[in-house]
Amino acid sequence: MTGESLAFYGLAFMLVGASILAVSVRNVFHAAMYLILALFAVAGYFVLLNAEFLAAVQVLIYVGAVAVLVIFAVMLTTRLTDARVRAHNEQVGAGLVVAVAMFLAIVMAMWSTSWPISDAAPAVDNVRTLGRMLMTRFVLPFEIASVLLLAAMIGAIVIAAKETGPPQSEEST
Amino acid sequence: MTLYQYLALATLVFCIGLFGVLTRRNAVAVLIAIELMFNSVNLLLVAFTRYISPDGLVGQLFAVFIIVIAAAETTVGMAIVLLVYRGFRGIQVDRIGFLKW
Repeated sequence: MTGESLAFYGLAFMLVGASILAVSVRNVFHAAMYLILALFAVAGYFVLLNAEFLAAVQVLIYVGAVAVLVIFAVMLTTRLTDARVRAHNEQVGAGLVVAVAMFLAIVMAMWSTSWPISDAAPAVDNVRTLGRMLMTRFVLPFEIASVLLLAAMIGAIVIAAKETGPPQSEEST
Repeated sequence: MTLYQYLALATLVFCIGLFGVLTRRNAVAVLIAIELMFNSVNLLLVAFTRYISPDGLVGQLFAVFIIVIAAAETTVGMAIVLLVYRGFRGIQVDRIGFLKW
């Protein structure tokens, strides 16, 4: 067993196990912790697939920002250890059937497709190539993404902010 | 390692996330499951880049954009969850039906 396949199956165990636990444990805070584990496993796969920049971005943005946001929301909202609150709705069986059917359908579709597998060597200078592409051919999506992030930030502030402006006086209409 | 192993793995994680989206009652848990689905798609894009066009890197660039959009989605989603919690004192998604007919 080569080192690559050892890493693949180790990370697969970590990713699938953490994913299953993240959607099945009762405590939402624990689910967020398992999500972080799964995100780290995906970062490991990025390293394995010669995507070093994406591995760094994954750890920075997902583990650093998104997971913290999730934990923040968990802390602000839920009654964590209330045993009376059910974690799943009454459609677990139906959901399981749908998920398994979806898995089989996608896997069969993927297996019956012949992928044009290339034997070229992966790009050596991952970060430099990505940066060049972002600044030349993909500069418009790049700018649109920045506008999207700004809109999401303002939108989140507007949605979640408590209305704590100056008190409305009676005579001002 | 071949492409097919990565395909099977990413599909498996995607379907686990789908199961979570369909069955979880807590809105934050639904968002966690959605993050899992995003990540499986990213894994798939990077695997395609590695095995189909290793010198092109367009797939990795798309993964970058997906990460950006996922971050924006999570931000707005969490804000909506907080707002709903303030109004309903709970975020069980099967209790929140005020947009239904």
